[in-house]
Amino acid sequence: MSFLEYAPAPESRAIVALRPSYGLFIDGQWVDGHGEAFSTISPASEEKLAEIATADEHDVDLAVAAARRAYDRTWSRMSGADRGKYLFRIARLVQERARELAVAESLDNGKPIKESRDVDVPLVAAWFFYYAGWADKLDYAGLGANPRALGVAAQIIPWNFPLMMLAWKIAPALAAGNTVVLKPAETTPLTALLFAEIVQQAELPPGVVNIVTGAGPTGQALVRHPGVDKVAFTGSTAVGREIAKTVAGTHKKVTLELGGKAANIVFDDAPIDQAVEGIVNGIFFNQGHVCCAGSRLLVQENVHEEVVERLKQRMATLRLGDPLDKNTDIGAINSREQLDRIRALSDIGEQEGAERWSAPCEIPENGFWFAPTIFDNVSTSSTIAREEIFGPVLSVLTFRTPAEAITKANNTPYGLSAGIWSDKGSKILAVADKLRAGVVWANTFNRFDPASPFGGYKESGYGREGGRHGLAAYLKGESGAGATALVPAERSASQKRRRAGGAV
Amino acid sequence: MADRLTIPKTYKLAIGGKFPRSESGRTYEVATPKGAFLANASLASRKDARDAVVAARAAVGGWAGATAYNRGQVLYRIAEVLEGRHAQFVDEIRASEGVSAAQAAAQVDAAIDLWVWYAGWTDKFTQVAGSGNPVAGPYFNLSVPEPTGVVAIVAPQEAKGASLLGLVATVAPALVAGNAVVVIADQAHPLSAISLAEVLATSDVPGGVVNVLTGSPAEIAPWLASHADVNALDLAGAGAGEWVDLEIAAADTLKRVLSPEPGVPARSLQRILAFTETKTVWHTKSLI
Repeated sequence: MSFLEYAPAPESRAIVALRPSYGLFIDGQWVDGHGEAFSTISPASEEKLAEIATADEHDVDLAVAAARRAYDRTWSRMSGADRGKYLFRIARLVQERARELAVAESLDNGKPIKESRDVDVPLVAAWFFYYAGWADKLDYAGLGANPRALGVAAQIIPWNFPLMMLAWKIAPALAAGNTVVLKPAETTPLTALLFAEIVQQAELPPGVVNIVTGAGPTGQALVRHPGVDKVAFTGSTAVGREIAKTVAGTHKKVTLELGGKAANIVFDDAPIDQAVEGIVNGIFFNQGHVCCAGSRLLVQENVHEEVVERLKQRMATLRLGDPLDKNTDIGAINSREQLDRIRALSDIGEQEGAERWSAPCEIPENGFWFAPTIFDNVSTSSTIAREEIFGPVLSVLTFRTPAEAITKANNTPYGLSAGIWSDKGSKILAVADKLRAGVVWANTFNRFDPASPFGGYKESGYGREGGRHGLAAYLKGESGAGATALVPAERSASQKRRRAGGAV
Repeated sequence: MADRLTIPKTYKLAIGGKFPRSESGRTYEVATPKGAFLANASLASRKDARDAVVAARAAVGGWAGATAYNRGQVLYRIAEVLEGRHAQFVDEIRASEGVSAAQAAAQVDAAIDLWVWYAGWTDKFTQVAGSGNPVAGPYFNLSVPEPTGVVAIVAPQEAKGASLLGLVATVAPALVAGNAVVVIADQAHPLSAISLAEVLATSDVPGGVVNVLTGSPAEIAPWLASHADVNALDLAGAGAGEWVDLEIAAADTLKRVLSPEPGVPARSLQRILAFTETKTVWHTKSLI
């Protein structure tokens, strides 16, 4: 056994007792779905984990009706303090069942247990704990006194951080006084269904949280439903566009957290060892299935060779394999479909002339896997420098001056995140100012916190999740945007003058 | 003594700090409420709209990069210069809208006061809307609102009694954070919009920060809504038209959209923040 070899150290699956099949969670009850049921599988072994119901339009209708009833009769009348107590209960139940949730997440999603255990699930508990405290303090949310909930929120989440995205959506929505219908991704429904059990254990009033499973058509039915007041979506920019078109002209409020193609900028005065760790974390965390992944490495030309060399050395030590093994760094790609997309884009990268290098690692026989890969000498016009790959694939580009780095970093329709590595604080602040991205990590990458607003510029979507800003997505103030006091055109000028001068 | 023969003004567009005619060569007649001829205004074309977006994009970096104090002074300067040309605006509004001198004067007063109100926000909205975030780890973590970029605005239309005020109520809030603007003026009452552009040109507002198009919103707005270099769309005055189509066109590039409002939007911090993006910066703290 060499220095870098370890004996297998798998986390036990015994802590998770999955049912053979799951229905929909509507109005506090498990009910059958009327669409065609589907299987959810482990992407690491392709074994079937459970049978999952599909909600059709009728089921979505029932879920929205349950959420509306719960909003009208219970949740909107409850004190903020009591809403907060329910959320605190949920936070504690998540902590108590943390290991079970982490194992279930790694099984269903394919992510390494060390990530689900140390990042995803702790953040889920933290998110509920943070927003629990807001429930009775909404007057301080920056929207004026007595901000009101929107009503029923339709929430659609992706497969890359299934339970964490659920928490980002449900915690602020409930704290603000909304009820929700949430649809998890079709490849990763399990932890949302386990969360429904937690909702029952917390004795949340029926209908406040409804979970409907299914694929795209279920999500479309939910977005189109006239009984929905708010649509919150995390996923691809293409679907985000469709949602924005669908809700155009309606009263529905929308927040979209979409794709990204983040630049991770390494200056020649950066601490190179830390930067290399940050590059690895930026693109290989969660197999690169991260909307804010640092997928474009912009490295200053004079340290390019050194950085790439050390990056390759570091990548060669990454351990790819069983997501439940505590030593695993790189888990499975979430689905065959996604694997195909990563392979296709990587092939294009090669065809367009970039130099491909993959870490030498053994690929398991079953399941979906892709070795950590970098492309060097990528041009700005190359497909792999422009399109989101959503996999463990890094494109390396170079720059000479800070101005060139900024121009290249901003040369994308996306604007979700960016990274800066330098030991010079004044340079970091100046560059951070000029990056058109919603989250900028300096000398770190892929950090998340419930107190810290997250969300994109440009085609990475709109609205923020996290922090005080995250509440605004689920509240309307007395004079919120679109509901301002107005001066009707037919009024006389003097009235108008008073009005324009008097309203705040 | 015989009446002096007056010199009527040629009303043109305002693009990139210059006052060009429409590249299409088209004009339309602006008339009094009773139908008497007032002026020929430029009928802006798709090409003019695209030129205006190019000018706005070129200008936004400098305006957004100016200090908040500087932007505040420039916006306040607009109010000063407007005050000095008070009588001219009263005359134009009276002629175009057919209101009394007192009503026109009240509108100009309100418009000036609105500039002053928004001017004062430039160095305050960041503090009100930003935050220092207590994250669970050794990080400095700060969130600040930044300008969205290029904002296309359909100013309130048919705004009898508010042709100037409606324009100011939509343009001024977008400028506070550092956005650059392409605005389609009130089609029926465009004269004070062009005169306002002359005020802006002499108030140290950098060329291209505010571009004024006169003409038909129904013709021009769809090009702005679908333009990939426009970041946000204020449909304040688009309520009478096919505004849902504009919102659908805007979805292709995920523009931020403010829905139509009847009348003149009231002053509000929300109007400033509608055209901002929150940026969160994390920085490690060393463990000492």
